[in-house]
Amino acid sequence: MSKVNRVLILGGGPGGTMVANHLARRLRGRIEAGALEVIQLTASPWHTYQPGFLFMAFGEAPLSRFQREQASLLVPGVKLVVDPAEQIDAKGSRVITQNGAIYAYDYLVIATGSYPDPTRVPGMAEGAHGFYTAEDAVRLRDALRRFEGGRIVLTVDVPHKCPVAPLEMVFTLDRYFRSLGRRDGVEVVYTYPIGRLHSLPPVSEWAAAEFERRGIVAETFFNVQRLDPESRKVFSLEGSEYDYDLLISVAPHRGARVISDSGLGDEQGFVATDRYTLQAAGYDNIYVVGDATNLPVSKAGSTAHYEAEVAAENIAAALEGQPPSHRYDGKVFCFIEAGGEEGSYIEFSYTRPPRPARASPMLHQFKLAYNELYWLSARGLL
Amino acid sequence: MAIDKATAGQADSLNGAQVKPDRVVDARGSFCPGPLMELIKTIKAQPVGTVVELWSSDRGSSKDVPEWIKKAGHDLLYVLEEGDHWRIGVRKAR
Ligand SMILES: Cc1cc2nc3c(=O)[nH]c(=O)nc-3n(C[C@H](O)[C@H](O)[C@H](O)COP(=O)(O)OP(=O)(O)OC[C@H]3O[C@@H](n4cnc5c(N)ncnc54)[C@H](O)[C@@H]3O)c2cc1C
Repeated sequence: MSKVNRVLILGGGPGGTMVANHLARRLRGRIEAGALEVIQLTASPWHTYQPGFLFMAFGEAPLSRFQREQASLLVPGVKLVVDPAEQIDAKGSRVITQNGAIYAYDYLVIATGSYPDPTRVPGMAEGAHGFYTAEDAVRLRDALRRFEGGRIVLTVDVPHKCPVAPLEMVFTLDRYFRSLGRRDGVEVVYTYPIGRLHSLPPVSEWAAAEFERRGIVAETFFNVQRLDPESRKVFSLEGSEYDYDLLISVAPHRGARVISDSGLGDEQGFVATDRYTLQAAGYDNIYVVGDATNLPVSKAGSTAHYEAEVAAENIAAALEGQPPSHRYDGKVFCFIEAGGEEGSYIEFSYTRPPRPARASPMLHQFKLAYNELYWLSARGLL
Repeated sequence: MAIDKATAGQADSLNGAQVKPDRVVDARGSFCPGPLMELIKTIKAQPVGTVVELWSSDRGSSKDVPEWIKKAGHDLLYVLEEGDHWRIGVRKAR
């Protein structure tokens, strides 16, 4: 009997799920014939749509609204195992799990995402709120409900995922307190690491006009150095400081622990990845997609989506004895809520600069609709 | 190899060829999060004294990167224009 090939996928977010579904559809015949196994290892039986955390923080919807069972999102042919990887033995082409199981692989896909790590900044874990995890979003919701007035400061660390989320946060804070009739008693301060309000100049220009209109205060070149939770002060490494009554921070992100534990990551636990082929540096049989890469592109669901297609196609080609057929061109697509009832989007790649679409109510509705369509997209139907 | 005139005056040493970077950050083609964010991420994770060289294909970087370096108190070593991209050298000073 000829050898059974195995593709092992680590992670059950958009990246891992889209690779798994794409491969299983593309190579259904091989899977049915018993010549190929596609196995997804993940840390949780649940699949979480992270953009929902923003809505949770304002009490607009519970977590259950943004979670589905991972098993319900996979097409036939993908085997799901809920047992996180503990060690990746890249030289030996095998993965050891928390339960002690050992999976040898022909191809490995790393899609283990990134997570905010406030312990990297003195005072942040104790003193700051966040909205990048479900628990933080619930804690922030309660703090906002109790908030009696004063100054709310938002800080942004690098690296972080979803580059528009910090702007969406301050715009939603503005709207929230206006709708409660208490906006006058709240000062909203937005800070950003570089010399403008967002890394994309067109988004920055649009945001500047919105800040003006809504009375949001901004400070650029602000990289948090430390927080003093006692006196409620935050200090930047560029030398400025703010008093605050409530601090919301987008903490510096790290790649999954298993990456660092396996010696595969840089200082922050991100895997050195070829920007076009998406292969891990030094390993032809390891592909990396989504937030887990060290690529200088946005850590966003759409990035994971486009990368997943390239990785899946190239693994399929390799299994068929063909050279890689696809190349990732750095494509990213982001919706931008323009505040109120209008939305916009922006699309760019390594070589095409971003040009935002004209804001319209239709694009706003489309963004809302995408919250539902996401589940079809994860299944690979969209 | 040409030296960017706008920023040359701020650099301590303009001869990039003499300084060997400890780390290269290839941020060519990065629009979002952008070359400066990639640089900040790397500098924060390095010990004082490390020399980092940033590659950027974004024209704006030859201005806004030196501006941040000055504000954050690091040393700008050189800004070199090379075909379709810039190479900016910085030493972490604190
Ligand atoms: C508040 C917020 C708003 C956002 N808004 C947007 C938006 O509007 N648009 C957009 O495009 N993106 C947005 N994002 C970003 C987007 O959610 C992420 O970029 C995306 O989820 C990355 O996908 P991923 O598959 O790489 O990682 P993740 O979705 O983080 O998935 C990682 C997976 O790996 C699993 N895992 C971790 N460790 C292990 C292990 N050791 N073994 C096995 N499995 C493991 C996890 O359980 C998880 O299933 C937002 C994020 C946040 C937090």
